[in-house]
Amino acid sequence: MQDFAYHRPRSIADAVSLRRSAADGSYLAGGMTLIPTLKQRLAAPSDLVDLGALGELAGVRLESGMMTIGAMTRHAVVAASQDARRAIPALAALAGQIGDAQVRNRGTIGGSVANSDPAADYPAAVIALGATIRTDRREIAADGYFRGLFETALEPGELIREIAFPVPARAAYRKFRHPASRYAVAGVFVADFGGSRVRVGVTGAGPCAFRWSALEHALSSALDPAAANGAPLDHGRFNSDLAASAEFRAQLVRVMAKRALESLSG
Amino acid sequence: MKVSITVNGAPREAEVAPNTLLVELLRGSFGLTGTHVGCDTSQCGACTVRLDGKAVKSCTVLAAQAEGCEVTTIEGLGAPGALHPLQAAFQETHALQCGFCTPGMIMGALDLIESGERLDEASVRAGLDGNYCRCTGYHNIVRAVLLAAGANA
Ligand SMILES: Cc1cc2nc3c(=O)[nH]c(=O)nc-3n(C[C@H](O)[C@H](O)[C@H](O)COP(=O)(O)OP(=O)(O)OC[C@H]3O[C@@H](n4cnc5c(N)ncnc54)[C@H](O)[C@@H]3O)c2cc1C
Ligand code: FES
Ligand code: FES
Repeated sequence: MQDFAYHRPRSIADAVSLRRSAADGSYLAGGMTLIPTLKQRLAAPSDLVDLGALGELAGVRLESGMMTIGAMTRHAVVAASQDARRAIPALAALAGQIGDAQVRNRGTIGGSVANSDPAADYPAAVIALGATIRTDRREIAADGYFRGLFETALEPGELIREIAFPVPARAAYRKFRHPASRYAVAGVFVADFGGSRVRVGVTGAGPCAFRWSALEHALSSALDPAAANGAPLDHGRFNSDLAASAEFRAQLVRVMAKRALESLSG
Repeated sequence: MKVSITVNGAPREAEVAPNTLLVELLRGSFGLTGTHVGCDTSQCGACTVRLDGKAVKSCTVLAAQAEGCEVTTIEGLGAPGALHPLQAAFQETHALQCGFCTPGMIMGALDLIESGERLDEASVRAGLDGNYCRCTGYHNIVRAVLLAAGANA
């Protein structure tokens, strides 16, 4: 790991200004992605701005149909949160399936959503629930947020404060876990907001999480799990690696979607 | 930079470079070599310690991030002749072969035992998902955790 200057600001404003004045700075949240990246020298920032002392960024809040999760909320905290388990049990369950216990004790939702790993779990929920990403300077809608492989709408130095999830009538997440890394080889989050408003978020398959609009359209007439068999799904830009070919991933997406939908009606 | 942390109940201080890992601080500066480094890539869990009461991989935490925190390592659990129930259970069920993964297994299993949840084989295996045993002695490790938890092994 290359050397860097380490900062531990006490306020969001200080964090943003430290990051801005650094030559090539990076925020540090749970470090579960960033520290391995530094060790591999895939990144060599001049400054790390640790968000660990910003208590105001951590916590789960439930109010008027919205569940808001602070950026520094650890996966284990979301998984165990009574509010999360009551309001959006599928989201709490998703958090409880990330990595392993030690990773969940450190990793944060803000870090996961900022990173936009193609196989990360939270992005599927952000997309399917139509969440809003609130930063130090603006609000970003889920639909325009994930831009590509490790690429988001965040500007350099923009800090995620919290993520606001509209509470659906019901929702489900199904993932095909990579047996070693535990990331999603393919994962599908389905959210039913009632009145034939269904949203489907897919992760693991493409360069970043995306909406499966064709399936949403098919589901708007009837919430039939079989719709996942035939809804058009273009795998032209899907990932192909040791774990799965693009074609196999497309098939996994269909199966995960079907299982998620089946558990909704079950 | 200076870090001040409480290790196994005693306040400690050390001068470290910002890129020092928590496991390097524990093993190097404090001589607590019970915490092992297996992979150094956040996978194997051999470096598991408790940070403010939660199991973490100390190869993936900066020493600086632990400032002001309480750290518990395997040395803080029991002593020869006065083993922690988990340590005694590992001995009893022959849950170690080379022993390299053992400190991490025990520090990870502590969270499970203290969670108060009813444990069975499946929940112990899921709870120790982040700990690898290269001697592949999982069967007896699970038995040890269940024994220490008071469940029927
Ligand atoms: C063994 C292992 C298994 C894993 N398995 C899974 C899995 O199954 N599913 C899954 O989804 N993930 C998995 N992860 C990744 C894990 O969930 C990470 O915790 C997460 O991706 C990043 O969160 P972090 O808090 O650790 O962020 P960090 O590593 O600290 O930061 C990641 C990036 O986000 C930026 N960042 C962090 N917080 C903010 C913020 N508030 N605003 C703006 N930028 C920010 C950082 O600058 C950095 O670029 C795994 C990780 C490990 C080590
Ligand atoms: S040495 Fe830390 S996880 Fe393997
Ligand atoms: S006992 Fe040898 S690695 Fe587990």
